[in-house]
Amino acid sequence: MHHASNTMAQNSTKIPFWRDTRVLQVLFQILFLLGVFLLAGILYANMLKGLDNLGLNLKLDFLRNEAGFDVSDTVIEYDPSNTYLKAFIVGVLNTLRVSLLGILCATVLGLFIGISRLSTNWLVRNIAATYIEIFRNIPLLLQILFWYTVFGSLPAARESINLFDTVFINNRSIYFPSLQQTAGISSWVGYFYAAAILSVISIFVLALIFHRKQVERMEEGDDIGYFTHVTRAAKWSIVPVFFIVAIIGWFLAPESPFVLGRPELQRFNVEGGIRFSAGFISLLIALSVYTSAFIAEVVRSGIQAVSKGQREAARAVGLSTGQTLRLIILPQAVPIIIPPLTSQYLNLAKNSSLATAAGYDDLFRIGSTILTQAGKAIPVFAMVMANYLIISLTTSAAMNWYNRWVNRFNR
Amino acid sequence: MEEQADIQQIKPPTNAKGPVGWLRENLFNTWYNALLTCVALLFLYFTFKGILTWAFTEAEWNVIPANLQLFAIGPYPRDQVFRIWICLYILTGLLGLSAGIWRGIVQRWTIVVGSIFLVFLVIPFEIVPRQDSNYVSIEFRFNLIWLIFESRRWLLGNIAILIVTFFLGNRISRLRPWILGGWILSFPIIMFVLHGFGENAVHTSLWGGLMLTLILAVVGIAVSFPLGVFLALCRQSKLPAIKWVSIFYIETVRGVPLITILFMGNTLITIFIPYFTIDQVLKMMVAITLFSAAYMAENVRGGLQSIPRGQHEAAQAVGLNYVQSMLFVVLPQALRAVIPAIVGQFIALFKDTSLVSIIGLIDLLGVAKSILAEWLGRHVEVYLFIALIYFIFCFAMSKVSQEIEAELGVGKR
Repeated sequence: MHHASNTMAQNSTKIPFWRDTRVLQVLFQILFLLGVFLLAGILYANMLKGLDNLGLNLKLDFLRNEAGFDVSDTVIEYDPSNTYLKAFIVGVLNTLRVSLLGILCATVLGLFIGISRLSTNWLVRNIAATYIEIFRNIPLLLQILFWYTVFGSLPAARESINLFDTVFINNRSIYFPSLQQTAGISSWVGYFYAAAILSVISIFVLALIFHRKQVERMEEGDDIGYFTHVTRAAKWSIVPVFFIVAIIGWFLAPESPFVLGRPELQRFNVEGGIRFSAGFISLLIALSVYTSAFIAEVVRSGIQAVSKGQREAARAVGLSTGQTLRLIILPQAVPIIIPPLTSQYLNLAKNSSLATAAGYDDLFRIGSTILTQAGKAIPVFAMVMANYLIISLTTSAAMNWYNRWVNRFNR
Repeated sequence: MEEQADIQQIKPPTNAKGPVGWLRENLFNTWYNALLTCVALLFLYFTFKGILTWAFTEAEWNVIPANLQLFAIGPYPRDQVFRIWICLYILTGLLGLSAGIWRGIVQRWTIVVGSIFLVFLVIPFEIVPRQDSNYVSIEFRFNLIWLIFESRRWLLGNIAILIVTFFLGNRISRLRPWILGGWILSFPIIMFVLHGFGENAVHTSLWGGLMLTLILAVVGIAVSFPLGVFLALCRQSKLPAIKWVSIFYIETVRGVPLITILFMGNTLITIFIPYFTIDQVLKMMVAITLFSAAYMAENVRGGLQSIPRGQHEAAQAVGLNYVQSMLFVVLPQALRAVIPAIVGQFIALFKDTSLVSIIGLIDLLGVAKSILAEWLGRHVEVYLFIALIYFIFCFAMSKVSQEIEAELGVGKR
């Protein structure tokens, strides 16, 4: 089209503007944008009018009012007398908590299943395949409800299941031992800082020694730079100096700085330890299991995408199975795996909004509670959606950066 | 040639064959594989022991047969059930015709569907719910008496239609161009028959169960696919205004969870569009479709990017305009390359329809919840049953996708 118009123009028979594609394109885009803005404008006007009729507005000052509802799981301290804003932040943190833990569990589980899927053992391979097919073909919401129900059928609090006096499980919650600080913490922190300072000093001393040695051995002008020595020195000093001092400090402190706070079964309930609610755990199990089935497929196809010749060549050069995996297969498989893995992580974070089904107070659930109480539909909803958008966009930005870093040599 | 005579003929080692050889090769070829096999066997033993013990001793399965009709169609009025059968007849007829004409994959899956009908027809029991309690007796009838039940007679007609249309399609190949139109037309017809009009109209609030799930999924798939292709083309457009608007749409929708979009479509839409009240099922259809279209667009974009520029240029050189070159040259190749991703999105959409139960529709999961409100403590049984239904549909879809891939030779050219 462009060529046609150019040659025509050169022939000095100027085409009229209503048949010039370039003019038409610009016109079309202007009309299109006008249409989009008109539609948005109409919707916005409707919204203002509708809110006015309902006696509502878009102001955010309600966030400073008292929330008045309780939240079952909290990362930070919260009670019903706190503001809506605080409740909202609790929701954001809860979503982040279940997403991060879920990503961790799903990755470990997915790696395990994905590698099992490629096992030479027929039985292991097929168990993995069955696992994948079952869990990725059943709706997540149903799986959440299922695990929540299974949790609900466990014994009540006073008959909690006791696993070696460290973990307690009942139909409402699960208790793990927690790390608790003691009076010894203050003196140990002193040793901790001393260890840190000592190791930093030793890095520089070692780097200087390495540098000297290198200079002695080399001709002049062959200096490979101080920085290389620093990284090498760090390897040699952090492990021994820092850890040894920190561990010695642990025993020198008047009291062990941390003790394991074991939960204990009281008369009606379990006390102490870290408590996770049934809703949280069933959501976590469902999210991890569901996503791990997808991650397993991602891992499997990533490893299979590395051509068989690579493996055979590695064999031929005499690398062991472990070396082949570590040095040949994984470096090539990881860049293939990362993009689909990212989208699975994002799916997990977004899917955590189904927490409602398990009664876990995540961002969406707290958002809808605030919405019903305060009646501020539009602002609350905009905040909820903006938060999910931020989580999604930052995750994909971080993963894109990592992807570029992994692929930095494949140009 | 002389040397060949000296070469000894060696028989294949006997232990590489037969069940023992298979076991040795696949389960016990190294010491760690032998160990793994033992661990896996123990795992299987305990899993199956637990599940089977529960299923045959503790589980009370009568909640399933007693509510089969609810699972299938929800609260749809029982005296109007014949309409659903009419819709099923239309679909079966179309399926039979298509199978007769196209053979291949369509025929194989038609046979699968037909045999499922047959199995339902000959299962020799009928459920007789009793009014007085939750107790349900399941009566076995091993003779032709089961034909007295209405559903069996309808089903028999269904199978008859399948067979007749199959042979019809096989004989009259002139029907071919009409079939596609028939499938497209069948949708509004079915909606009309299901809804009806006047006094006997069945409002969508009475639609439910597997029927509603399937309707939502089919509408979502059928509309979001072309919409997704359109969005993908817009995103690849050279015109910046169109490109950036579609990027904004796709990335925003993909950045938020489906439940927020459903929620917005359900409650907030009345603030934005106050002129009329929109049917709730329709609202959910629109929300699911708009959500899925963004993901579909990204899948299609992957396919579009895999097509070399030469294809565009060659199409232009032969004198095709933009629409023609896209429709006849680029899209067929692009879509073929991303069939697995697209079907994966269809499966995801099918599973995602379960979210409408949070909004308050009575799809398969919603029906399960309402049944559980009456049948206390049967959660696991009911959830497992509907999980099986979801699984069958999703698994079948992924199998069909694999067969289409094999037929089109994706990745082999």
